[in-house]
Amino acid sequence: MILLKTFSIAVRALRRNTLRTLLTMLGIIFGVAAVIAMVSLGNGARAQLEASIAALGQNVVTVWSGTMSRGGFRGGFGSSGTLTAEDYEAIRKEVAGVNGVSPEVRNFAQLAAGNQNINSQIMGVGAQYIDIRSWPCSSGENFTEADVRNANKVALIGKTTAEILFADEEPVGQIVRVKSAPFRIVGVLASKGSDMWGRDQDDILLVPYTSAMRRLTGDLTFRSLMLQAASPQILGTVTNQVADLLRQRHRITGGKDDDFMVRTQQETVELFDAQARTTRELLFYVALISLIVGGIGVMNIMLVSVTERTREIGVRLAVGARGLDILLQFLTEAVTLSLTGGALGIAFGVACSRLVTQQLGWPTLTSSGSIVLAFGVSAAIGIFFGFYPSLKASRLDPIDALRYE
Amino acid sequence: MQPGIKLENFSKSYHAGEVEVHAVRNISLEIQPGEFVAIMGASGSGKSTMMNTIGCLDRPTSGRYFLDGVDVGGLTRDELADLRNQKIGFVFQGFNLLARTSAFENVELPMLYSRPGVRGREQRERAEKALELVGLGERADHQPSQLSGGQQQRVAIARALVNQPKLLLADEPTGNLDTHTSIEIMGIFQDLNRRGMTVIMVTHELDIARYAMRTVVMRDGRIVTDQPVTGRLDAAEELRKLKQEQQAIQLAP
Ligand SMILES: Nc1ncnc2c1ncn2[C@@H]1O[C@H](COP(=O)(O)OP(=O)(O)OP(=O)(O)O)[C@@H](O)[C@H]1O
Ligand SMILES: [Mg+2]
Repeated sequence: MILLKTFSIAVRALRRNTLRTLLTMLGIIFGVAAVIAMVSLGNGARAQLEASIAALGQNVVTVWSGTMSRGGFRGGFGSSGTLTAEDYEAIRKEVAGVNGVSPEVRNFAQLAAGNQNINSQIMGVGAQYIDIRSWPCSSGENFTEADVRNANKVALIGKTTAEILFADEEPVGQIVRVKSAPFRIVGVLASKGSDMWGRDQDDILLVPYTSAMRRLTGDLTFRSLMLQAASPQILGTVTNQVADLLRQRHRITGGKDDDFMVRTQQETVELFDAQARTTRELLFYVALISLIVGGIGVMNIMLVSVTERTREIGVRLAVGARGLDILLQFLTEAVTLSLTGGALGIAFGVACSRLVTQQLGWPTLTSSGSIVLAFGVSAAIGIFFGFYPSLKASRLDPIDALRYE
Repeated sequence: MQPGIKLENFSKSYHAGEVEVHAVRNISLEIQPGEFVAIMGASGSGKSTMMNTIGCLDRPTSGRYFLDGVDVGGLTRDELADLRNQKIGFVFQGFNLLARTSAFENVELPMLYSRPGVRGREQRERAEKALELVGLGERADHQPSQLSGGQQQRVAIARALVNQPKLLLADEPTGNLDTHTSIEIMGIFQDLNRRGMTVIMVTHELDIARYAMRTVVMRDGRIVTDQPVTGRLDAAEELRKLKQEQQAIQLAP
């Protein structure tokens, strides 16, 4: 009852100066919006990260050509690479506890079938690749080790690519032309969805790496190899064995830098996540600064309000308001101000998150937790920054306040 | 009988920069329950200062003030606030209504701070009754800026009465009001006084002071005379006379 009255007094006071109230709330609105956007982006990234860890396959270890320092890839990666076919064979033969190994030779090329054509990713891989990635064929069959050995022109086609090139027809047995070289489709891959960057993984053509290197890229080395450990327990051992083997083969001794990098799927994904984290940290500071600025705005406007309404405070004290009544009144006003700002900020933040997803394709996930957090933060700001002005109001002397000009 | 109000060697001084202003010097005064006292004196003689102390808005610099036997000087801020809320109705020099707030809400104000609280329905009824008592029932939703000076003064009186105080303090309740309105307000005060309320008012006008029972005259912070009113006026009677006179010169219908 008393609270309701205090609240209605506060709303009335705020409505008397709508424009000023709105301007004051801007800081809070942006701050809270930034908090919401930050948390949504973070949640979205994490959810997708988890999905992509699962999508990579179980216990997958990737060997990258070149190294990746804190700043990004260095040497090798993106150029010709340091991993040779012999390295690949050596890993297959000598590392224990490995279910399968496959190179990854990535390339983009024009694909044509009938009168349809599409620019797709062509990936040269070994026969074990689809097992490593737990990526079965939905029709047809995988190509064989013999196909790889002989660099046969055979291919597995992704779901999206198949739909574009062949519409409703059965792709298995059809011919797809890659840069005019005819490849026979032996299987259609099951759908895998988007990867952690939002790219459609089903828009792909898998061919034997030998065919890809010989007929499409002309490369002699690999940029990456993918292998699958037999169990999660031996991931570490496998990683070390591969690293030791490659160091030995590449004659890297003592303190010299590796010219390759071995990472488990978890590490790989987190490496990419680090970049997203930097963005989120930046947003966090933007949010923090906005909220502080917003809070100072609230404090400023409350101080102005207390000064402007000194006579009103005097009248209230004179008719029997206690200091606490006045304190609560102004505090309620400050909290109402910051909570309204918070609510608008939440709406704005959610809208921004939606827009980011729509325009940039970044995944976002607005949780009720972040909304509660935003509300809590705005209430706390109102209380924290509204307290001093309210206290000042409550300590006024009734006579002085009444005489105030 | 214990006096309702008792000032004992009461002094109040202010520091205005370097100089010390002695607003009230060593006053002793007793006012019994049910009295109607007019306080007079030149501007700056300390009338408002004394009223503020009697109204528990301020504390003496030295000396003591007893209200119903309680030494007000020893009370806390909150206790003073509760006294103002429950026992005292104060009509300020210059009304002091809340701007952009309806007459009704202005009158409700003291009830917002009553302990124990006043229920919503009772609060409405009491505010309505107080406004009717001062003859402003129809103007409840007008804001002060939409009311005449006399009407604003009545709202201030209604606000002072709404918590049914035993003591009504009015600082120049008829300043700037025409004769007719002034007498009407004196009528309200006399009615309240007849029903047992102690009324103390400050006035500059001799003929307004004649509606009280007793006049206290101040000069330079001291009481110079304190005497009963002889030839006390009755507001109802005076209003009737005034009406007749006005009819004679066609001022009123
Ligand atoms: N807060 C204050 N600070 C300094 N001096 C004050 C203060 N309040 C009152 N005074 C001084 O005390 C003296 C008495 O003031 P007070 O208001 O009591 O006079 P008053 O009799 O009510 O006058 P008026 O008839 O004009 O209302 C004046 O000289 C005034 O200047
Ligand atoms: Mg005065």
